[in-house]
Amino acid sequence: MKAFSRVVAERDNLGGTRLTVLHSESPLLLRRTGPTTVHLVGGGAGPLRGDDLRLDIAVGPGATLEIRSVAAQLALPGRDHLPPSRFEITATVAAGATLRWHPEPMIAAAGCDHHTITRVDVAEGGTLLWRDDLVCGRHHEDSGNVRLDTTIRYAGTTLYRHDLAVGPAAPGWSGPAILGGGRAIGTIVFAPDTMPATSGPGDYALMPLAGPGMLATAIADDIRPVQAALDPLCEPTRALAHT
Amino acid sequence: MSGMSLATLLVLADGRLPSGGHAHSGGLEAQVSAGRVRDLDAVADFLRGKLATSGLVSAAFAAAACAHPSEWAALDQGLDSRTPSPALRKASRAQGRALLRAARAMWTMPLTGRDLHQPVALGVVAAAAGLGPAAAAVAAAHGTTSGAASAAVRLLGLDPYAVHGLLARLAPECDRIAADAAARADDPVDDLPAAGAPLLDIGAELHATWEVRLFAS
Repeated sequence: MKAFSRVVAERDNLGGTRLTVLHSESPLLLRRTGPTTVHLVGGGAGPLRGDDLRLDIAVGPGATLEIRSVAAQLALPGRDHLPPSRFEITATVAAGATLRWHPEPMIAAAGCDHHTITRVDVAEGGTLLWRDDLVCGRHHEDSGNVRLDTTIRYAGTTLYRHDLAVGPAAPGWSGPAILGGGRAIGTIVFAPDTMPATSGPGDYALMPLAGPGMLATAIADDIRPVQAALDPLCEPTRALAHT
Repeated sequence: MSGMSLATLLVLADGRLPSGGHAHSGGLEAQVSAGRVRDLDAVADFLRGKLATSGLVSAAFAAAACAHPSEWAALDQGLDSRTPSPALRKASRAQGRALLRAARAMWTMPLTGRDLHQPVALGVVAAAAGLGPAAAAVAAAHGTTSGAASAAVRLLGLDPYAVHGLLARLAPECDRIAADAAARADDPVDDLPAAGAPLLDIGAELHATWEVRLFAS
């Protein structure tokens, strides 16, 4: 399945946000659910092997956009001869604009082979919250192969560059250097927000990046402790605190 | 790697090079304390994961810095963006600084920043020593595993023969990763490997808050 969906948010004359483009192709269906909120609503199971999905997000000067999803994304095997499923997300955030990407987790079902490529470019004076949660296998199931390949740039410089690979194709992925037997991981990148480093309890750390921003990472046996650690950081009041 | 001096590579990759590596456990101390690493099998698992992630990244940046030593600032920034943990950035720069200090007594070094990330420093030093990107990559990949392996002997009281047996079994994987890394030495910085190891980041942050520890990282 091939899909290309696109959303463009711009500031309107009244100081609110208007969506000048909201183009959806199945299974990447976008629905406006609030003044500044768009939900991805699942259009079928997947991604499956062979799927090639693209989502473009543009937030113009002074506009605010939050993207959520109604359900977890379940990466599934699909037919063997097809290439890995691919989800490519490109986002630009202009000066004075805010983008909050906060979807439900991705679940790597046994046998899946999936690659998410994220490229976010935030202009100086823009604000970003980028959250990704990943669950390695459904209940009592081995993990499939998932690679999350993320590049976040701020004011023209790469702020955060990280690839995470889980599943049988990734050497040592469940060992004590990478997930340590944990089956769920969540990360949030904030830019240009920053706070002092904190760590614990459990496998959790909030880390100021070398550039203007920070990363929160939590790892646990299942997704609930990850959400308990990261959800409070996604409260809208907190994310706006630096302004 | 034809034409290069094997003896020079051995000097650079020698654990006895006074570049401060012995003070670091490569993240192992934090995972031993968390109870995740108790025996040789867990050390093997730790090293395999580390080699595939930070080992690959270090090897690629060492190879790129060796191929393009004058690009040290952009490569150093590239490692900053791949190292979210402030404690790991600090440890990497401390080891880079110590390596550059040692290298200045060994070879004629170009002017660079004084506290480069260790893999960038290693690449610049390898170039100054007349080595090529493939040699720099293999030294970096080997260094990722050998430091943590010798820390494992001290932290867990493991049999040093068994730990070296493990390093010998990892050597072909080290070679493969180094070759992979060296083949990408000319890629733009954003396209160089960025494989992350989240527990190494979290462990380094927790470790940095301890009052008493055997290793600096």
